[in-house]
Amino acid sequence: MIGGLFIYNHKGEVLISRVYRDDIGRHAVDAFRVNVIHARQQVRSPVTNIARTSFFHVKRSNIWLAAVTKQNVNAAMVFEFLYKMCDVMAAYFGKISEENIKNNFVLIYELLDEILDFGYPQNSETGALKTFITQQGIKGQHQTKEEQSQITSQVTGQIGWRREGIKYRRNELFLDVLESVNLLMSPQGQVLSAHVSGRVVMKSYLSGMPECKFGMNDKIVIDKAGKGGVTDDVAKSTTGKQSIAIDDCTFNQCVRLSKFDSERSISFIPPDGEYELMRYRTTKDIILPFRVIPLVREVGRTKLEVKVVIKSNFKPSLLAQKIEVRIPTPLNTSGVQVICMKGKAKYKASENAIVWKIKRMAGMKESQISAEIELLPTNDKKKWARPPISMNFEVPFAPSGLKVRYLKVFESKLNYSDHDVIKWVRYIGRSGIYETRC
Amino acid sequence: MEWANQLCENRQFGSKMTDSKYFTTTKKGEIFELKAELNSDKKEKKKEAVKKVIASMTVGKDVSALFPDVVNCMQTDNLELKKLVYLYLMNYAKSQPDMAIMAVNTFVKDCEDPNPLIRALAVRTMGCIRVDKITEYLCEPLRKCLKDEDPYVRKTAAVCVAKLHDINAQLVEDQGFLDTLKDLISDSNPMVVANAVAALSEIAESHPNSNLLDLNPQSINKLLTALNECTEWGQIFILDCLANYAPRDDRESQSICERVTPRLSHANSAVVLSAVKVLMKFMEMLPKDLDYYGTLLKKLAPPLVTLLSAEPELQYVALRNINLIVQKRPEILKHEMKVFFVKYNDPIYVKLEKLDIMIRLASQANIAQVLAELKEYATEVDVDFVRKAVRAIGRCAIKVEQSAERCVSTLLDLIQTKVNYVVQEAIVVIKDIFRKYPNKYESVIATLCENLDSLDEPEARAAMIWIVGEYAERIDNADELLESFLEGFHDESTQVQLQLLTAIVKLFLKKPTETQELVQQVLSLATQDSDNPDLRDRGYIYWRLLSTDPVAAKEVVLAEKPLISEETDLIEPTLLEELICHIGTLASVYHKPPSAFVEGSRGVMHKRLPARTGSGESTESPDVGTIAGGSGTETAPSIIPSQGDLLGDLLNLDLAPPTTTGPPPPTSGMQMGGMDLLGGGLDSLLGGDIGGSAAMGAGFGAVPAVMPASLNAPMGGGLGDLFDLGGGVGMPLGAYIPPKTVWLPAMKAKGLEISGTFARRAGVIQMELTLTNKAMSVMTDFAIQFNRNSFGLAPAGPLQVLSPLSPNQTIEVSLPLSTVGPVMKMEPLNNLQVAVKNNIDVFYFSCQYPISMLFVEDGKMERQVFLATWKDIPNENESQFQIKDCHLNSDAASNKLQASNIFTIAKRTVEGQDMLYMSIKLSNGIWVLAELRVQTGNPNYTDLEISVKCRAPEVSQCVFQCCEAVLKN
Repeated sequence: MIGGLFIYNHKGEVLISRVYRDDIGRHAVDAFRVNVIHARQQVRSPVTNIARTSFFHVKRSNIWLAAVTKQNVNAAMVFEFLYKMCDVMAAYFGKISEENIKNNFVLIYELLDEILDFGYPQNSETGALKTFITQQGIKGQHQTKEEQSQITSQVTGQIGWRREGIKYRRNELFLDVLESVNLLMSPQGQVLSAHVSGRVVMKSYLSGMPECKFGMNDKIVIDKAGKGGVTDDVAKSTTGKQSIAIDDCTFNQCVRLSKFDSERSISFIPPDGEYELMRYRTTKDIILPFRVIPLVREVGRTKLEVKVVIKSNFKPSLLAQKIEVRIPTPLNTSGVQVICMKGKAKYKASENAIVWKIKRMAGMKESQISAEIELLPTNDKKKWARPPISMNFEVPFAPSGLKVRYLKVFESKLNYSDHDVIKWVRYIGRSGIYETRC
Repeated sequence: MEWANQLCENRQFGSKMTDSKYFTTTKKGEIFELKAELNSDKKEKKKEAVKKVIASMTVGKDVSALFPDVVNCMQTDNLELKKLVYLYLMNYAKSQPDMAIMAVNTFVKDCEDPNPLIRALAVRTMGCIRVDKITEYLCEPLRKCLKDEDPYVRKTAAVCVAKLHDINAQLVEDQGFLDTLKDLISDSNPMVVANAVAALSEIAESHPNSNLLDLNPQSINKLLTALNECTEWGQIFILDCLANYAPRDDRESQSICERVTPRLSHANSAVVLSAVKVLMKFMEMLPKDLDYYGTLLKKLAPPLVTLLSAEPELQYVALRNINLIVQKRPEILKHEMKVFFVKYNDPIYVKLEKLDIMIRLASQANIAQVLAELKEYATEVDVDFVRKAVRAIGRCAIKVEQSAERCVSTLLDLIQTKVNYVVQEAIVVIKDIFRKYPNKYESVIATLCENLDSLDEPEARAAMIWIVGEYAERIDNADELLESFLEGFHDESTQVQLQLLTAIVKLFLKKPTETQELVQQVLSLATQDSDNPDLRDRGYIYWRLLSTDPVAAKEVVLAEKPLISEETDLIEPTLLEELICHIGTLASVYHKPPSAFVEGSRGVMHKRLPARTGSGESTESPDVGTIAGGSGTETAPSIIPSQGDLLGDLLNLDLAPPTTTGPPPPTSGMQMGGMDLLGGGLDSLLGGDIGGSAAMGAGFGAVPAVMPASLNAPMGGGLGDLFDLGGGVGMPLGAYIPPKTVWLPAMKAKGLEISGTFARRAGVIQMELTLTNKAMSVMTDFAIQFNRNSFGLAPAGPLQVLSPLSPNQTIEVSLPLSTVGPVMKMEPLNNLQVAVKNNIDVFYFSCQYPISMLFVEDGKMERQVFLATWKDIPNENESQFQIKDCHLNSDAASNKLQASNIFTIAKRTVEGQDMLYMSIKLSNGIWVLAELRVQTGNPNYTDLEISVKCRAPEVSQCVFQCCEAVLKN
């Protein structure tokens, strides 16, 4: 199991050092600094073995988090824990920075004591942690016995993510379907790989211990229902569109996985406030919101001509926003002239790229940019690697075609029904890694 | 060394003046101020002070002096303050065991607190304090907490049993905690179950043969139920534990799989990977024709692909595991090639792993896409990645025959880029393609030859030479090409030398008339001028072959080569099976069994995949594991004797006549006297020489005359060594001098072997060296230099090797040393890095000197001074050691030590124990005080105890080692 956990600043100075196991000595702190943080070479692996001691590290801005062990630990667990640790810290004091860590080091030690016991991760849900790890520290005495046992049963309980007795005057929930479209396209316009990775984020403000059921236009569910014959029409009329094939999905720990496996129904008692209900991935029938058509021509040894056309490919009534096209330029660029039909384009020497920004663009439109790049003559033998043209955007629909069919809320003990809950659904599609080779 | 770390951190600390108040500090009298604040009446001030103490502790400052003051703050109802004090205790209790006892009462009291959070906190902290006395007090509270009404306390207590076991395993067994822990597996609370499982698994790992976890269908059922209810981490503990279970038959195996598959949809990648591990393992037991088997295979792919959208570090772990899974069951991911395409922004470690998997998944169906990708990668920036991509193109050509032609043309395109490392890598893989498809792509040889000059890496040079040799008959100027390599023969790496030798022999066999001179030249270079045994042997073999039977030589050297395998870098099957059992863990990341990187008993046990057993066959199969994996000896590490041993073996072989009697087989002439036979025999054999060239025959015959000498070389040197060793050990008088050891083996120093030791004679430190020339040529111009070291050792004069050292000769040199050289702390402290130069090269080695060489003659302290000094040195600088099995009375010990300048100042006898008080002075003025306890009352008790006290505690260990060596010899 995890033998120790260290946090360093970018210079390699220790900010937090907590050792859980006797086999990890103080020298481990320095071994990591010397061999990884101060290493001359770029880091070639997130796992480093130094003198039979293994170091796992992740970086958040310029802060290094390192977990140390001498045993054959579950490596995936260690990384998941480190990410979780970052989430917990962020939930307590915001951005993970040297300043914040120094200002909260007592809190961090307290958290580390709670969520890692002898190197074994324990309950690390911020909702639960915040009930008894507070920065006031005096809460202990003022709690009644019931409160105390409520805390402990929540921390250890089956529903560790939600406490009892939550009350809202207005029961309300927000569902965000957030998708990122990833694309790799060849210069000839052939899709090399494309997938959507989506998340359903829920903000729930519901009283009591509500039982929820979530439904979407998942092909397997709808086909199943279709076979039944009875709900066929219902399914069609509610979705309006055809169903989508989900390659794989993962769920928040509140979702009953065995039920999903057997019935493919998504039922759960939600945590209070914002959390990620599920993640999914699709690869079939993706709506690619934009198509990028590049044309790069080398004119002699000192000049490049670049022409890029982007085409929007969705309903004309919808508007895409925050569009940005990034066209890489060679390192020996000396000057650039750009002409674009729409938006603004600028050559950014420090980033070695032409950045073309368009605020808004409706569906089924196209726009074009052309640039002349002057190059300094070099005797560098190596050819320019031609990094791909990348694109960023945001569209108000789900490129996977996913639709929320329902989210039903049942709370038998309190007197509100599914109809009383105000529900909001929003779809946002963003670019993930959206690249076209040129 | 800990002190150095603290030193260096303190320095950093001083320079770090940021605005976070606890991390700033007043430099002088800080401890004093903190002490006052800790004892303040005001609660807030106290708490602030404790926070400052913790901040100092974090940056590595020694605040142990505040121990009593901090412990005084423990009695508080402020939970935050209490936690801080506990944190301090966990860090320093071990160094202050006596004072830590002060805390016990509070712990015991807290374990009875009405607040479960405080009870748990107390039991959790107590388990982290590794002080025997505290551990004793822990037992009762722990027993209570294991049965506490509150699950939070029980789950904490469960982990505490594992902590206690780590400190004192026997105690845990004696107190019956293991049984209580086992009961907790049936606890109503899932988190308690999970922690109990984790604790038991860990304890079981250190007792490989115990039946601690005692998994049976009932307990498995309980675990599977808890699996649905506990936290993500608990699910991981349970799944990892389940993976160790051996189901009785395929039906049980299937039912477990069915209940584990839902975990594949968990958001936590570790849960998913652990579930994959259970499934991969239990799948082995399912019959392949079962419908469920196919379903399961299909279910495995999507979650594995999803892992690739996790954060990069997790992707890396996932990819390393997928690499194993693809080797074990390629069918799972065969359609998922695209997801392994490299993204431009992937970190390099992810890129390299993806590339590896792409090659494994490449097939006729997807080869076009893969090739297009690889070509793209070959123009990237990262050198390692580009090389791997180029290599991958070659692998594709070998794996998918239909693509070979396209691969070759892609490689040629890449060679045209003239990027140096791309060209070299391409040539290496083209060699393999030639092997796989002989006589198909020779048209490209001309292009390859154009790049001959730009090759500077051994592997690429060797590959090119192989190609020239293999196709010598089609390359007009093959002899010229090879000859050009021959000029710098001795500067080439072994790989190139061997390849060049073979290539020229091939060339000779193909075009004997024009290349006689060349082949003689290379043979004499390989056999006479090289001290590399591999090269020499291969040279002799060719020589003998060519001279005895040229037809046979042709058959051997130009034989048809076996096909090369399509897959490369495949993990050996037994190791692969073991690694599959470790999916998700570090072992699967390193692709090494745990025993390769874990110390001690943990992980030594090898895991195996279960064998397939039908439900009807056997209900009890305890030894399933052993049947499946084959014998355990396969994975036993092979012991490669060190070079010294090898030399010794060779020596034995040469010196002793073969013990086997009976008619010697014809080839046994190779052994020893056979060398002469060969020498003389060659001439006669060459009578019927190849191609009727008499001149060549003479050439062959003349050279081997030197050979017997070269074989004798190690013999003489070895004898000399033996003799020296004897001399070293046999010195009975005066200070203890350790026997000479080999510091620099001849293999590493082009034939120069150096062994040596250190001695102190009449107040002068001597480095005594034995230099042996095991090479063929004379060595001259010796010189020696030391790197900076802990005690400033430096040669006091030049190395006195007056006459040149001829082959086979051994000389003894004694080099006086001074202690006024530059100082730098070494690790270990008594390490000395030495450079020795001769006319051939400069060689580096390091050795360790016994610290007793530095003990000066005037190291006897006045009694009064001794007493005062002893008191003056803080207690934490005292270290205690034991010397086992030393049959000496105190006087004998005292005399022995005195000879090495360890002076006895006083002797006291208390309760059958002789106490000797001793002082030592090091050459740099450091005083070391020691107390040696000898049991006189009990003759069976032969252990000596020694306490060492010194202002620089880091020397204690060295001093102790010295004392032990002196006393035992």
